[in-house]
Amino acid sequence: MMSDWEVVIGLEIHAQLNTRSKIFSGASTRFGAEPNSQACAIDLGFPGVLPAVNQAVYPKAVAFGLGIGASISHVSAFDRKNYFYPDLPKGYQITQMDRPIVVGGSVEIPLEDGTSREIRITRAHLEEDAGKSLHEDFHGSSGIDLNRAGTPLLEIVSEPDLRSASEAVAYARYIHQLIRYLDVSDGEMAEGSMRCDANVSLRRVGSSELGTRTETKNVNSFRFLERAIDHEISRQRGILESGGVIRQETRLYDPDRDETRPMRSKETAMDYRYFPEPDLLPVEIDDAFIEAVRNSMPELPREKAARFEAQYSIAAADARTLSTDPLLADYFESVAALCGDPAMSVNWVRVELLARLRRDGIEVPALPVSPEQLGALLKRIKDQTISGKVAKDILDALWRGETASVDDYIKIHSLTQVSDASSLEPLVDRIIAGNPKQAEQYRAGKTKLLGFFVGQVMKESGGKANPQQVNEIVRSRLG
Amino acid sequence: MEIGEKTVRNIAELAQLTFDESHLATMQSSMGDILNLVEQMQEVDTDGVEPMSNPLDATQRLREDVVSEPDQREVFQRLAPETLEGLYLVPRVIE
Repeated sequence: MMSDWEVVIGLEIHAQLNTRSKIFSGASTRFGAEPNSQACAIDLGFPGVLPAVNQAVYPKAVAFGLGIGASISHVSAFDRKNYFYPDLPKGYQITQMDRPIVVGGSVEIPLEDGTSREIRITRAHLEEDAGKSLHEDFHGSSGIDLNRAGTPLLEIVSEPDLRSASEAVAYARYIHQLIRYLDVSDGEMAEGSMRCDANVSLRRVGSSELGTRTETKNVNSFRFLERAIDHEISRQRGILESGGVIRQETRLYDPDRDETRPMRSKETAMDYRYFPEPDLLPVEIDDAFIEAVRNSMPELPREKAARFEAQYSIAAADARTLSTDPLLADYFESVAALCGDPAMSVNWVRVELLARLRRDGIEVPALPVSPEQLGALLKRIKDQTISGKVAKDILDALWRGETASVDDYIKIHSLTQVSDASSLEPLVDRIIAGNPKQAEQYRAGKTKLLGFFVGQVMKESGGKANPQQVNEIVRSRLG
Repeated sequence: MEIGEKTVRNIAELAQLTFDESHLATMQSSMGDILNLVEQMQEVDTDGVEPMSNPLDATQRLREDVVSEPDQREVFQRLAPETLEGLYLVPRVIE
């Protein structure tokens, strides 16, 4: 029984910082270059080379730390983590063990039931990425591309505060959103800019001791993260319920087979022999630096959602959806300002725009309709020039690029809403005359037939009749 | 200081070095000697001795975020035993 076990998950998220050059060398970090064309002597660990620290990693790490309410280390230092693997040419990774740049902090993640939960963050430290091993068949060899070696990483380590795969995904999504907001990382998961390692263990409900955990490495999509964790939970539960013991090990998620399998056993506990990096002195940053970063930080998603809720009097869920993407948030604010109706703007941006984005599989930056166009469109609904129904058709026309101007389109297709009684009355009379039975029923007290008459009139007018107006006329004619 | 057999083997494995079994005893005593030397130095009274010049109070200078390294793949790969399509080839490593 699932309820007998409590799931305990901690995530380690590796975010590549979006700097131009590497953390310890002047080689480019551009994605997708020819193999090994961006791996210089420092990245390759040639004898005699020395690392030179890229200053651009500090404002990014500090911004992240401030974004999660962490304490920022005035003095941070690098250490060597020693192990052998072909994609690590130096034989050690330069990382921060004893004095990480970011210590503590927490994030508030939204849960599916509308509540939220605080997830504590242990630390976030700077380090260099390794190269890539390609295991396709190179005549029985592995191919090594070291372009990625030395790319700056921020490793974000959470406390084991997550209790389900969906919570882990909500947390990872939150971190993803935060690093993009703060321009810390481009967050392109398909390009490996953000990768997750999931530490998963199970324990008896009520037990305060942690069970033996496994670490599932290098999961690079939210969907795979959820599936990998769920798979690992049921695998561990199966073992525990049949009286077995969990081996502490590193596992790899295989999305093709939807399973995790052991990578290397941690029983022979890897001894990384950390020691202070002798080629680098500690790095000092002062309060003025930290304050300068703080002052240049954009509004965070959480702050933005709270402001939207208060400023525009919109629902919390709407405010949260709109603030998940800074571009979408800006878009909404422009539309609201242009049409002067935040509630109507929420509806059109959240429902109409997002549905079309999903339908066409495009992202916010590629929106074919500008905020000015949508603002103009909503203004015409507000001043009753057009009906909502017609507005949707115009939105489609804008979307397809059939027109650039809302007003021109309304004029050319004569879509102006008909509100004057002299044109609507004959129409209403015709519909009443054509439906004598319903008219009789209405007069006999079945007033909910009002909708039927209004609908018929709207249809007859090609959606152009002003519905409120029609409502009134129908009521007075049948009254 | 006594260095056991197990320690020598563990260090060799971590360093990915092979050694001749017949050298095990020599290794044990040589490594022990190194630690003994350090122990001996710890015993020296250094009170009142001025430290050598050192960087321990200095902090790291940082570099501008500028791409300054050109592509020198060809030069570097001349030293590699085997390459293919720009990749370094190594004995197959799958975990």
